[in-house]
Amino acid sequence: MAADQAPGVPAIRLSRLRKEFAGSPPVVAVDDVDLDVRAGEFFSMLGPSGSGKTTVLRMIAGFEEPTAGAIELAGADVTTRQPYDRDVNTVFQDYALFPHMSVAENVEYGLLVKKVGRAERRSRVAEALEQVRLGDHGSRRPSQLSGGQRQRVALARALVNRPTVLLLDEPLGALDLKLREQMQVELKGIQRDVGITFLFVTHDQEEALTLSDRIAVFNAGRIEQVGTAREVYESPASAFVAGFVGTSNLLTGETARAVMGREGSVAIRPEKLAVVPAEEARAAEGQLSAAGSLEEVVYGGPVTRYVVALDAGGRLTALEQNTGARADGAALRRGDRVALRWRSEHVIDVPGAPTPELQGQGTSPQQFPTT
Amino acid sequence: MRLGRGPKLALTAFATVVLAFVYVPLVVVALNSFNSDRTFGWPPPGFTTQWWRAALQAQGPRDALLTSVQAGLGATAIALVLGTLLALALSRYDFFGKHAISILVVLPIALPGIVTGIALQSVIQNVLSPVFGIGAGLFTIIVGHATFCIVIVFNNVTARLRRLGGSLEQASADLGARPFTTFRRVTFPLLRSSLLAGALLAFALSFDEIVVTTFTAGPESQTLPIWIFNNLFRPNQAPVVNVVAVVLIVLSIVPVWLAQRLGGADAAESRL
Repeated sequence: MAADQAPGVPAIRLSRLRKEFAGSPPVVAVDDVDLDVRAGEFFSMLGPSGSGKTTVLRMIAGFEEPTAGAIELAGADVTTRQPYDRDVNTVFQDYALFPHMSVAENVEYGLLVKKVGRAERRSRVAEALEQVRLGDHGSRRPSQLSGGQRQRVALARALVNRPTVLLLDEPLGALDLKLREQMQVELKGIQRDVGITFLFVTHDQEEALTLSDRIAVFNAGRIEQVGTAREVYESPASAFVAGFVGTSNLLTGETARAVMGREGSVAIRPEKLAVVPAEEARAAEGQLSAAGSLEEVVYGGPVTRYVVALDAGGRLTALEQNTGARADGAALRRGDRVALRWRSEHVIDVPGAPTPELQGQGTSPQQFPTT
Repeated sequence: MRLGRGPKLALTAFATVVLAFVYVPLVVVALNSFNSDRTFGWPPPGFTTQWWRAALQAQGPRDALLTSVQAGLGATAIALVLGTLLALALSRYDFFGKHAISILVVLPIALPGIVTGIALQSVIQNVLSPVFGIGAGLFTIIVGHATFCIVIVFNNVTARLRRLGGSLEQASADLGARPFTTFRRVTFPLLRSSLLAGALLAFALSFDEIVVTTFTAGPESQTLPIWIFNNLFRPNQAPVVNVVAVVLIVLSIVPVWLAQRLGGADAAESRL
């Protein structure tokens, strides 16, 4: 258990972990990944589908055998151990509840196969069900539960074993938005209570940002950056991270030179941009600005999204809180001449040239950032 | 889908004709087993249970029934064990020659019975009998039937395993269960109804098999279908043949009906 570990020993240590799947040429799913996850941490692996994050999780659980490299759990090398010989438990994406057992039997299963005594089993099952607020659902079948309740049973079934590490494979992916937000809060609370290391796989950047102590951003089988939510969002280490975590708003090449007056790609987060009438384009001290025309206005409830085509070329998205400060009469319309203004300290220098495909991803509507 | 009045009537009539074509002869056989006329004059002049009593007392049909039941149970038992193991191996593990084996397993059901029969007969005559001293008899009938009964169980179990996917077994391993515990507590309980359905179908298939049986049965071991075939053209046995045929129909149809009901009920229950 987490509390028994010597300080400084990581809960999980991956050393040059590699996984190739058969094929010609072989598909490299995980490409020499090094990673330390601290004991008691809520750690997320964030990345698009096919970036290798789930394969890493499955190797830690023992369902996939690494092609090369080593996996240590609390200091012990478990690389070649079978899943049933590892002190980790998994919350599966599809929950994988046993349909022929009741909720209580599902939760009891891990204790039963480890030959824990009946009295202790009973009290721990009750405690675990209580923890996920399903205390009175023990005798039901999984098929009689809603999606959110099944998700909580899956969580209780894993937590009742008090593993060194809890692995969560996109556990909230199948839930609708409201339930997902509610479960995020619960998950964080439960993790704080039990103090177990959570390793959480998600492709949802907002989920990763809100839940995690630290995040590893995966791309094409490699880790692009490891850091806190703030570090990953405010100082992305690469163009990919800038694009994948939040809306990218990248300025590259000629455009960057024209707007910034210097070489190098930069990114500016949409909420840091202010949309002002064209005549106010002149920037004050410590501010930068760029003129352009309004290409798109998307009203989104608490926020409005403005897409501005810059005169210097390129496109920037600005996000404005609908505080009511902009009077109805002053509402901006498509085609209006505007200027964007931002503080120079909000400019993020992005190392490495971005690919066109990444820019596309960054401005897609699904990438609406946290507000 | 909605049909107009004309097509609806036409379809109903056509379906009725097809079903009647299949089932009216069976009903006639059943009625004739109670026909008091020895030559089955139609309509029956009266009804009697004397053929049923005669059949119950005759040694031939009773021995044949016993042989059929033994052969069915034996073949089903072999099919259950081997078919399940094959299905597990082919759906849960990757190994060299996997696809070839899965075709070889299913092939016997497509092979003409007469080919299987001749092949098995030559094995019995040339290998089993001279080398191992195993002549044609109940054992060889069981082995012959098992070749195609395995396919039935295999197909049933494979379909179930495919629907279940592998994640429940992974969850079990993840929670600390070793492979045998996983099989005992997760895989087997979830396979149980498909095993039962497969077993019932396999038994039914074995029970009315005649072609392969002709080549693998010895003179002392007649199954029920073989007995009917041998006595069909003996005029004084004809009434008893009808009775035996009715028994055969019932014993073949009931397992199939049960298997269907099991399949349906189970599909609804295990969907999550």
